Amino acid sequence: MFYPGPLVALVDIGRTISLVIIGGGLLWLFIRALKGKEVDRRVIFLFIFIAVATPILFPITFGEKATRVVKAVYDKIESLPAGSTVIISFDFDPAMAPEVQPMANAITRHCLVKGHKIIFMSLFATGQALLTQTLRDVVETEFPDKKEEVDYVNLGYKAGNEGVLNVIISDFKKMFPTDVNNIPYDSIPALDDVSSCKDVDLIVSIGGGKPGVKEWVLFVGDPGRVPVACGVAAVVAPQMYPYYPKQLLGLLGGIKGAAEYESELIHNYPRFKDVDTPGLRMMGPQTLAHMVIITFILIGNLSFFIKKRKDRQ
Amino acid sequence: MKRTTVLVMVGAIVIFGISWVLKSMSLTSTTDHYIAKGFAITFAAFLTLCIFSFLYKDNPFYKFAEHLFVGVSAAFWMSMGFWSTIVGNLIPRVSETLSNYFKVPYHPESYNPFYFLPVFLGILLLLRLSRKVGWVSRWPLAFIVGTTAGFNFIRYLRSDFIEQVSATFVPLLVDWQGIGHFFSNLSLSSTGQFVAMLSNWVIFFGVLCGIIYFFFSKEHKGVFGGASKIGIWILMITFGASFGYTVMGRISLLVGRITFLFKDWLSLIS
Repeated sequence: MFYPGPLVALVDIGRTISLVIIGGGLLWLFIRALKGKEVDRRVIFLFIFIAVATPILFPITFGEKATRVVKAVYDKIESLPAGSTVIISFDFDPAMAPEVQPMANAITRHCLVKGHKIIFMSLFATGQALLTQTLRDVVETEFPDKKEEVDYVNLGYKAGNEGVLNVIISDFKKMFPTDVNNIPYDSIPALDDVSSCKDVDLIVSIGGGKPGVKEWVLFVGDPGRVPVACGVAAVVAPQMYPYYPKQLLGLLGGIKGAAEYESELIHNYPRFKDVDTPGLRMMGPQTLAHMVIITFILIGNLSFFIKKRKDRQ
Repeated sequence: MKRTTVLVMVGAIVIFGISWVLKSMSLTSTTDHYIAKGFAITFAAFLTLCIFSFLYKDNPFYKFAEHLFVGVSAAFWMSMGFWSTIVGNLIPRVSETLSNYFKVPYHPESYNPFYFLPVFLGILLLLRLSRKVGWVSRWPLAFIVGTTAGFNFIRYLRSDFIEQVSATFVPLLVDWQGIGHFFSNLSLSSTGQFVAMLSNWVIFFGVLCGIIYFFFSKEHKGVFGGASKIGIWILMITFGASFGYTVMGRISLLVGRITFLFKDWLSLIS
């Protein structure tokens, strides 16, 4: 869990003081708006900073329930028989990591606890380092009994964007003759039954850029009729919705999607109750920041209409 | 340079130095390379604050961080291009000597003389740097554009057109067993018949009205005009949802940076 170290005793006091500051500040701005005075943009930035920083220092958590699109991904992984092969592709860079890495970690946990074999790979050069982070923080720490090359394999990054997908849909070995440890393809037990993407039971692309989810759907999912699920950065989530449910069996959109997945996982597997859940943790700052933004929109509109009325008079 | 600017810069350097020393001291018990790690964390925090400083106003600290990011990114992608494409993909397939030199496994079974074609085109692309023969670089560029277009055409036509059209034709009466059955089982459950039907109606008529809005060969009047108005509302709602998601994404990134500052740099949270 994510408890503030030296501030444990001050959590409630800090939370209350911060909420009073935010509430009082917004009230002050509201009164200024009523008087027709404008607000400097830097004041808005300051409020957003306080709204985001407060729940990080003094955690505020909310319950999450998986929506249908998230549940579809969860149910698919849950319903696959143990020993199924799942590709998890890390198609993101550090800029997207705060949003999508929690999804990658949660899905990795779920696959391993169900006994699935995982093929880790990346279409982003910077994705390999983030993939290593997941292997270190989740696989090696929480599942020490899982063996590399047997229960999971790390194929790493391969340059070529959609060209890579166009090859692996028919021949995996051609594009990945070895894994990242230079072990030949034929000597990796986890890949014994996999000669192409058509042999895997599920593909999960975690990303938000190009190449990413769209390319997986276009170049592998649709032509190979392989089930594809995804976890994407919030910015691109609306562009992915048209593919659901026919071309994408489910999707995790932004940090909300990650939080829902983590919540569902903890609900069904209590052993993960004590693992770090950044998705759920981030929902506190998200909620408070959104409330502040909504209040600013209301104050802005109010100010606009008051000014309009005054001008008419 | 103004005196205030010099003072601010000196102040920033002093604070950076103090922060580095304190961070390194706090890391002595947990890591061997505590001075280097202390520097890395302090420098990352400094750059984060430099970028945030733009919210106040444009300043030299922001410019420094921005230029450093652009420079490092360019260098990173250049070296990644070399190591992943040339050393990772090409050399193991064409040369045993070079494979040994770069310590990558050689795959003689994958050898194909056609691999030299992209090498040749790549060299032609670099001729852009020359004023006299720069025009030759248009040939590989034309090749790239042509192959990309051809490569993507079928995929996009299939997935983004045919499959999407097919996904729009959803049943408007889901699991229909008569009006009596419909009303007697009416519920607002997300898995219920009513919500499923409503969702399909929104998809079908939403797409139809959206397309009508972009159809300019007929005047937007009467029923057609009404559908066009619904179309623009659908578009507005889509843009709103997109904007909402974007805000959520940006806040997540801000949470990531503030967590880094509080946790890794200031050690306020564990």
